[in-house]
Amino acid sequence: MKKVGVLVFPGSNCDYDAYYAVKKVLKQEAEFIWHKDTKLRYYDAIVIPGGFSYGDYLRAGAIAQFSPIMERVIEFAENGKPVIGICNGFQILLEMDLLPGALITNDHLKFRCDDVYLKVTNNATSFTSEFNKEQIIKLPIAHQSGNYYAGDKVIQKLEDENRIVFKYCDADGQITEEANPNGSLRNIAGIINEEGNVLGMMPHPERAMEPILESTDGVAIFESLLEI
Amino acid sequence: MYKVEVIVNYKPGILNPEAKTINNALHSLGYDSIEGVKAGKFFELDFPEDMEETEVEKIADEVCDKLLSNPVIEDYTFKIAKES
Repeated sequence: MKKVGVLVFPGSNCDYDAYYAVKKVLKQEAEFIWHKDTKLRYYDAIVIPGGFSYGDYLRAGAIAQFSPIMERVIEFAENGKPVIGICNGFQILLEMDLLPGALITNDHLKFRCDDVYLKVTNNATSFTSEFNKEQIIKLPIAHQSGNYYAGDKVIQKLEDENRIVFKYCDADGQITEEANPNGSLRNIAGIINEEGNVLGMMPHPERAMEPILESTDGVAIFESLLEI
Repeated sequence: MYKVEVIVNYKPGILNPEAKTINNALHSLGYDSIEGVKAGKFFELDFPEDMEETEVEKIADEVCDKLLSNPVIEDYTFKIAKES
């Protein structure tokens, strides 16, 4: 039985979805971790869920990065344990510098809530090993600041080191401008750190876990990372 | 006391969709002479007057870098005024 910790900040709203995904769908253990906690119990993985931590004040993720629990999360990541940041969780990981770059306002300024297609551009990570090479998957997005930006050198490094894990694409797997829902450079939807144990992604795998939700493509991500 | 006025704005070359939209709105109102718009954030930080100005400057610079701006996408400037 694997055990997953789900961080909870004031304003998190996908925390229960992540908890449900692990506990009810995958039948593993899950536990909420309050952002003011200063100690971490044993976990096999930590989820930084989506939502609007601290109301997205200042910049999305800017304030959450300094919550007391985050020092423990940094240690957890530095010890090579898996951390996945989804949507607002991705924004927090970038603000903490656990991942490079930034997420700025969508190029069209709208909050976009939709199902999108993604190409798994790297299936050799501990988060995507259950996928086939370049598999096309469908996951929901729901965000207004998902426009991935980084300097040219960082983008090139991410490409060279094969650290872009998901790219927005169309139903046929073509990575086009039309398939890009927010203006992200190179259609980037998710990246990992150099060590390969921290993943940040804008789409929501925890909302694609059961047939009633029209996609079960999120299951493979959780199964990969928990090795179940 | 000291009043520190901080301006945070996007680095040159980074598309700011908000500023672009405001620019478009101004043009649609007929203000065609406006060539460009920047839209950033403004903060005022208050410090007690018995502090050394160099210390105020050091702390202001630190918090601008650490929290008020994201150095990946934003630049900041600030000026310190002493008010009685």
